[in-house]
Amino acid sequence: MTRSDIPGTHPGPRTWRKPPFIASPLLRYGLWLMVVIYLIWAFATLPFNWDRIADGLPRAARIFGGGFPPSFERGGLLLTGFKESFQIAILATLLGVMLSIPFAVMAAKNVVPKPIYYFGRSVIIVSRSFHPVIVAILFVAAVGFGPLAGILTLTVYSIGFVGKLLAEEIEEIDWGQVEAMKATGAGYFSILVYAVFPQILPRQVGLSMYQLDSNLRASAVVGIVGAGGIGGTLMNAFGRYDYDFAFAILLIIIAVILVSEGISGWVRKKIW
Amino acid sequence: MLEISKLVKRYGNDEPVLQELDLVVKGSSVVSIVGASGAGKSTMLRCINRLVEPTSGSIRLNGNELVKLRGAALRRARRKIGMVFQGFNLIDRLTVMENVLAGRLGYVSLYQAISRRYPREDIERAFTLMERVGIAHYANKRADELSGGERQRVGVVRALMQEPEILLADEPTASLDPRTSEQIMKLLQSLASELSLPVLINIHNVAQAKTYTERIVGLRHGKMIFDGAPSDFNKDALDAIYGGIEAHDEEITEQPGASPKQGEKGVSNDQI
Amino acid sequence: MVDQASALADRVWQRYERKERLIRYAVLLVTMMVVYWAVRDIDIFWPWVWDAPNQISSLGARMWPPDPRGLGSIVNALIETVHIATLATMLTIFIALPVSYIAAQNTTPNRACLWLGRFILVSSRSVNTIIWALLFVAIFGPGVLAGILAIMFRSIGFIGKLMGEAIEEIDRRPVEAMEATGASKLKVIAYAVVPQVMPAFFAIVILRWDINIRESTVLGLVGAGGIGVILQGAIDTFAWPTVATILIAIIVLVLIGEAITSVLRRKVI
Repeated sequence: MTRSDIPGTHPGPRTWRKPPFIASPLLRYGLWLMVVIYLIWAFATLPFNWDRIADGLPRAARIFGGGFPPSFERGGLLLTGFKESFQIAILATLLGVMLSIPFAVMAAKNVVPKPIYYFGRSVIIVSRSFHPVIVAILFVAAVGFGPLAGILTLTVYSIGFVGKLLAEEIEEIDWGQVEAMKATGAGYFSILVYAVFPQILPRQVGLSMYQLDSNLRASAVVGIVGAGGIGGTLMNAFGRYDYDFAFAILLIIIAVILVSEGISGWVRKKIW
Repeated sequence: MLEISKLVKRYGNDEPVLQELDLVVKGSSVVSIVGASGAGKSTMLRCINRLVEPTSGSIRLNGNELVKLRGAALRRARRKIGMVFQGFNLIDRLTVMENVLAGRLGYVSLYQAISRRYPREDIERAFTLMERVGIAHYANKRADELSGGERQRVGVVRALMQEPEILLADEPTASLDPRTSEQIMKLLQSLASELSLPVLINIHNVAQAKTYTERIVGLRHGKMIFDGAPSDFNKDALDAIYGGIEAHDEEITEQPGASPKQGEKGVSNDQI
Repeated sequence: MVDQASALADRVWQRYERKERLIRYAVLLVTMMVVYWAVRDIDIFWPWVWDAPNQISSLGARMWPPDPRGLGSIVNALIETVHIATLATMLTIFIALPVSYIAAQNTTPNRACLWLGRFILVSSRSVNTIIWALLFVAIFGPGVLAGILAIMFRSIGFIGKLMGEAIEEIDRRPVEAMEATGASKLKVIAYAVVPQVMPAFFAIVILRWDINIRESTVLGLVGAGGIGVILQGAIDTFAWPTVATILIAIIVLVLIGEAITSVLRRKVI
């Protein structure tokens, strides 16, 4: 397969094949076999409803036909929906970013005792494991339809994301400053405030901007399960086959997301 | 035979980098092209294989006009022109053998190229050439595991794999330490005579140019201001080419018969 | 002269400091006003807010203890979820790679292709997976196909954008060398571009697979298959202990997915 002999001692024509990426042929072909078996298994077990799927093209034509041109007639409804989405995103970011600080401290190995660390870590893991829509459904079930469920959802979402990155940041701080504070005889919380927080603050501001942007995106989605905002309006439009209105909402959502992404990126560049 | 006549290259509306350059290289001579940075050496070389589009003028290789070529005809012409680069320009993540065989890309089919199933003669030629320059035992090593001199040998072999009618070398030794760069120059010189191949070498090191090449061409501001044998290349020619603006100490001190300029040290590295 | 210049710079810097502080106060003020507006204006029945902790804990109490019956169907639904994520990620590669190729400035054939590529990436990324799912459920009816398509349509933008950036960041020099050998465009790509973007490609696909597992857990809420269908059913029938089991199953799935991706990342890259 590969050539290992010394130059000049070689009789006859030489061959060369590219050394395979995975050296063991058993493993190499085994992997391919596994992929093939997986594909067969997946396609065989997935329940495709082919009759209904075959129906897709005419339906797509109907939906897109009904959707163009998008109708902005019910602008008032559109505006209310977006206003609520913004409010949800803003309040959830504020709450989430504030709450993420204590959870981040709890989830940072170097500043808290082991049991608290495990608690903080699991809170963050759990809130990161669930897609915001699942959290939203639970909050809708608990506190009813409306923006309150949305705010709670996105607060949890923000705690998970910001808390994780912030905890990593705390674990990487310059320990010298902490020791300097300890040497002055400062208490635990003064050390946190004077030696830890100043080091993570710039990062926190950037993360907040990022989180505001992703909360705005998510707020358009949690409405689909009834947690307020434009998502609910979109869901209703789809439910009532108002495709022209639905497409109008979609276009505005895309536009808002692009603008918000641009602003958030610009602000983060300014800060860092 | 390479004939360049009235070659002009202008970037945008700037002063032309090459101003009606004429150059004829006959037979299998090794020609070095010297000149300060920005004199147009690299541009001239790249005009020959059309990595840079000439603005006007004519370049003929063995009677074929190169300037007007397009598409497949250009690629066919390029495969007869080997090029060695200052930065080696190897594909780091591929093996030495793949890098070498890449020199055949102009000849093999796309399937052969992607599956690495090169014709037996190509592989034979690759091994022969690699043995000639002493890198055959690295065939299945990744290119980025080699030292600078070894990498440049791979670059040279790749160019020779093209079965070129001319070899262009753009500062082939500028990224190498002095000893290795001597070796590479020797290699290029002896390969040229073994394969009776004309070689054009852009070079900064005047001493090496005088030692290893049969003819020196001096460029300044896109014009040829010296063309002659190494023995004719004297202090006046050096001054005319570098004009006191740029000359490395080693180049001046190795200048036979010419006393080094004492006062030049301070400005010697001030390039245009 | 040098001293003077630095003194000048000092003065300028001071002025910026003051301006910066002003900007800070302005930003703070605007933020507070926006928050005030949001709190006053938002359509919330405040007594419910004060009651929310009670409601949440009572829901939690209703979920406890988790009901392990139906674990079999939950596991089946989880497998379906993984299938959706995996198949969608695999299929996405075939679309995202050409798109990233035309959306990268250094490989795009022409400006029209560049803008087409960017348009595809932006529209794919701006529409959330679940909104894509909504659309595909309306077209193809409830089921896994809608889910696969939804995940795909969102992933194209993600993989395509990151791959496009990876292509734009490659070292130009090998490309130049391959062109000099007389290689055609496709051969140049195969030799000079592909090897350089390979590591980024694996990293991006693995990352997206991990995200897709999470995303495909919610597809069922709009009828696009996976564990979400069972979750929605359990919530609709107020089977809270079953809901708890499903939630735990989702956490386990996500953690397994994360473990697999970290192993893969270490193995492949």
